[in-house]
Amino acid sequence: MKKVITGNHTVSFGVKSARVEVIAAYPITPQTEVVEKLSEMVADGELKARFIKVESEHSAMAACIGASATGARAFTATSSQGLALMHEMLHWATGARVPVVMANINRSLGPPWNIWSEQTDSLSQRDTGWLQFYCENNQEILDTIIQAFKICEKVSLPGMVVLDAFYHSHTAEPVDIPDQKLVDRFLPPYNPEYKLDINDPHTFGGLTGPEYYYELRYKIQKAMVESVDIIKSVGKEYGNMTGRNYGLIEEYKTTGAKQLLVASGAMAETAKDAIDILRKKNKKVGLLRVRAFRPFPKEDLKKAMSKAEVVGVIDRNISLGNEGIFFQEIKSALYNEKRRPAIYGFIAGLGGRDVLEDEIVRIAEDISKRSFKKEITWVGAKI
Amino acid sequence: MGRGKDMNAVRKLSIPEIELMSPGHVACQGCGATLAFRYALKALGRKTIVIIPACCWSVIDGPFPHSSAGVPLFHTAFETAASTTSGVKAALEVKGNSDVSALAWAGDGGTMDIGIQALSGAVERGDDIIYVCYDNEAYMNTGIQRSSSTPHGAWTTTTPAKNFKKGPKKNMVEIMLAHKIPYTATANIAFPEDFIAKLQKARAIKGPKFIQILSPCPVGWKFPSHLTIKVAKLAFETCIYPVYEVENSRYTIKRPNTKKPVKLYLEQQGRFRHLTDSTIDEIQENVDREWEILLNRESASHVEAAKA
Repeated sequence: MKKVITGNHTVSFGVKSARVEVIAAYPITPQTEVVEKLSEMVADGELKARFIKVESEHSAMAACIGASATGARAFTATSSQGLALMHEMLHWATGARVPVVMANINRSLGPPWNIWSEQTDSLSQRDTGWLQFYCENNQEILDTIIQAFKICEKVSLPGMVVLDAFYHSHTAEPVDIPDQKLVDRFLPPYNPEYKLDINDPHTFGGLTGPEYYYELRYKIQKAMVESVDIIKSVGKEYGNMTGRNYGLIEEYKTTGAKQLLVASGAMAETAKDAIDILRKKNKKVGLLRVRAFRPFPKEDLKKAMSKAEVVGVIDRNISLGNEGIFFQEIKSALYNEKRRPAIYGFIAGLGGRDVLEDEIVRIAEDISKRSFKKEITWVGAKI
Repeated sequence: MGRGKDMNAVRKLSIPEIELMSPGHVACQGCGATLAFRYALKALGRKTIVIIPACCWSVIDGPFPHSSAGVPLFHTAFETAASTTSGVKAALEVKGNSDVSALAWAGDGGTMDIGIQALSGAVERGDDIIYVCYDNEAYMNTGIQRSSSTPHGAWTTTTPAKNFKKGPKKNMVEIMLAHKIPYTATANIAFPEDFIAKLQKARAIKGPKFIQILSPCPVGWKFPSHLTIKVAKLAFETCIYPVYEVENSRYTIKRPNTKKPVKLYLEQQGRFRHLTDSTIDEIQENVDREWEILLNRESASHVEAAKA
């Protein structure tokens, strides 16, 4: 079924398709439409779930953890300050190995107040042990919500589906919602091996000394590493069902490319237009779109960059005091490679500043010059 | 007035034989909170899932891979006892297991300080959970720091004797009543039958239930560990820690036969050793006033109930 819907409503329809059983959420701009739509769906009985209208995001995540630990498929959605408030419980979800899925609408952090798109909120949560998927368009948001439950439930880890404030959240696009029977076959009910069960009582998360804690962390890391192949196999299975295949990264017009740009989220779509313009001018430029940030797709990126001479990474985020976060991670992944491209970082679009295709064309042109040496560039900043 | 006749008469229950808590726990000697938990499981039985935030009970249950709770137990973060329990209960409901009780088991810090927001949210929403605060009147697990439940006059490591805790302890039951909670009560580990009856009553009521049980701490209150029950009884007999319940706004107070001077309670505990006679007098005046207020609330609530 095709619908023209906003990114926010796309999330709600994805949650409905996934037959989520418990939702706990707190409103924050620009996420509110996600929970409004879900409230309607639950009230109308279209979605047979319990919706706990909590008094904070911190409680939202705690309630999702409790529900998931009891064997229910659980979901929340938030953004920016709300995600920051959840931080403690993001770690808790990981340690408790509960496959809670959330949608985070990328929004900058205050002060000053700013409700527009920036990835620093979700990227600040990179060490919490959540899988993170950055979506390019509304169709991918729907598809990723459904896949995220399957992936996360296989590895017993929580996952975050990330979309951009306004570029996605409030922009309507045609979205194909797969037939419910197909989704049900793809995503069977959640039935965890361990849960809070009065017929099989266990204690979860009790005091654990250095003798065991270390190995428990290793197991989480192992699950993260294993999730790489699971993301690929689930993406392929989903592709067989819908014709839309997904991996950890997407390569766009990279054949024969000496120069590569790297982008993520909604900006990647603009970058594709920029690549089209450059390809028409016979420039050998391609785009790598990073979809999965955790687990970080090191091997895929290394392979995709193995023939490139120069790479420009565009970050709609910043780790203050260092540089763009994708830029850091990619450099780190390449460090031990024998043959490495030159690599430059571009900060762009913080606080929802539009990043136009001309600017991306200019980035590609700049890094193609042998004289270009600037490690970090603030694109379009009035400085 | 036949003082407390009905209340004291009805409560003569035997304690359920079922023993879900095993003895391998790691509580301190004479720990009141441990008795409280044992009684709670006796009251609620096997169809119970327990959620414990950071508190003494995070440790008491025993280090991994051991556990002394015979029911499913989920440890959660400090301020999330109520919200995690709401999530557990929602999952039970959606799965068709509504007959299983979700019990939040938290200390006074986790309830009255850091967890009050989540608790207020759960109660306002009307979530069908049982919340028990075992009240030992300070952060005992971290080493006796004051909480908003610490009573006036008490020494703690953050309210040294020279600058002891000033001001009354937070009245959580009244805060719960401001939410129009269907059932709330205080209890005392010296009266297990009363506590068990209250929990069993709470389980049968749909919606949020809040019970606060006084759980003396020999380490933090500075009294010998064999005196836990005696100290708890004195808290009841001196009326410094009244035992009462409020069901649909109707108060029922458990009354001591004779109201003893509060000095008898205070002098048992090293945490009050520094108090001068004038402060003890002041505490006595506070106790008398609060006790009168409570008695008045009870009679007023009965008048209201009769009208209704």
